[in-house]
Amino acid sequence: MKFRGYRRSNGGVGVRNHVLVFPTVICAAGVAEKISRAVPGTAYLGHQHGCGHLGEEREHMIRAMTGSCSNPNVAGVLLVGLGCEMLTAELLGEKLREAGQRVETITTQNMQGTADAISKGTELARDLLEEARSAQREPVEASELMVAAKCGASDTLSGLTANPALGMACDILIKEGGSAIFTETPEMLGAEQVLAGRAANDEVRRRIWEITSRTDRKIKALGLDVREAEPGPGNIEAGLTTLAEKSLGAIRKGGTTPIVEVVDYAQRPSTKGLVIMDGPAHDVVSVTGMVAAGAQIVVFTTGIGTPVGSPIAPVIKVSSNSSLYQRWKGNIDVNAGSILDGEENLESMGQRLFEEILEVASGKLTKAEILGHHEFAIHTIAPTV
Amino acid sequence: MSHDILVVDARDNVATALRPLEKGESLEIEVGDSAIEVTVLEPIPFGHKIALADLEPGEQVLKYGEVIGLATQRIAKGQHVHVHNVKGPETGRDGS
Repeated sequence: MKFRGYRRSNGGVGVRNHVLVFPTVICAAGVAEKISRAVPGTAYLGHQHGCGHLGEEREHMIRAMTGSCSNPNVAGVLLVGLGCEMLTAELLGEKLREAGQRVETITTQNMQGTADAISKGTELARDLLEEARSAQREPVEASELMVAAKCGASDTLSGLTANPALGMACDILIKEGGSAIFTETPEMLGAEQVLAGRAANDEVRRRIWEITSRTDRKIKALGLDVREAEPGPGNIEAGLTTLAEKSLGAIRKGGTTPIVEVVDYAQRPSTKGLVIMDGPAHDVVSVTGMVAAGAQIVVFTTGIGTPVGSPIAPVIKVSSNSSLYQRWKGNIDVNAGSILDGEENLESMGQRLFEEILEVASGKLTKAEILGHHEFAIHTIAPTV
Repeated sequence: MSHDILVVDARDNVATALRPLEKGESLEIEVGDSAIEVTVLEPIPFGHKIALADLEPGEQVLKYGEVIGLATQRIAKGQHVHVHNVKGPETGRDGS
């Protein structure tokens, strides 16, 4: 199976052709935003980070920022720094060039004030956009795709319709030689045995236990026990009986193939197949992390409705029930609730979702793109000092 | 496909009610290649589970083709399957 994508010189394949204006630190955000506004067609990625990161978090932030900027959907990046920050434009620029990404940098403190920085940055952003125009779509195997599977604002039906249908689409993509990635470690608790049982090897099995028990300990450190609190009274009233049942409904979105690798937040997988990323369940933070890990497309299931998109990857929204679809037609791309209406079954819905992924990969806009939903937020793992 | 109850995986021994089920109703559902007939033995709310087979105490309750819990008492086919007759399958956190 093929789609039409942008083959990059570093070997990656993009499904979009974005030029980013990225502040390396929040102090440069104002300059970056004004540059992006002056060059329609570029995407501005605002965030709160870039300075005051302790120890391990410094590497974590570098990985998340360079991962976002080197996603294959990105044709070129203008990095806008201040100068005295921890993560300078020079530092991130060097990392991106090593990854084979087209990058320009501007450091505000080296300019004649911010007006000069905006003026020079605007020229650089225009040049990058002109260059990006030369990229052409060409037929590419589906094996080049990594799809991020996400669920959020879920309901009782998410685990029965939208998530299993998305899982089937992931199974089809992986059979074609491609990859799927899912995260939300807190929502794996209670299903560790099942996930570990699906590990492709001992190292993956060890890592699954490592990330789930670490998350368990973090929650305990707050004086809470997920196993006593979950499923909560609302879940029980809705019909969920055990924590395992709740988590199994969530992990179904990744499909049924062996888990070939466990990566850290925003880390590029080294293997094709089904990958787990260690990360929080926060919708925007987890989508940002999986896109930074290289996913070119996100498929996001919802039962109650959420508008979350991404400035880098198209997000395909899948509703778990038809009443949400009727109300939220402007936001939802595919209605898996039709399974319950007897119009489709899980297999046909899984196939339809896979075909939708290929169409979106070839350029079809998602509802989130049409509406301009571009949420972006990087996970933090330590206090900012 | 039935509009009344939903089975996710052919190995499952419970189905989920897609509307409130009344005592005495007779339902049919396709599971894999065969059809299962089940008579509802007690009222079951929307989103809750119904047993598709008789379960003995300690027997695994299967949904998504996986173990979601263990029966804590005998559960008859057609009965409500929930926190009153099922406990979690969770074992040690280190996998033991």
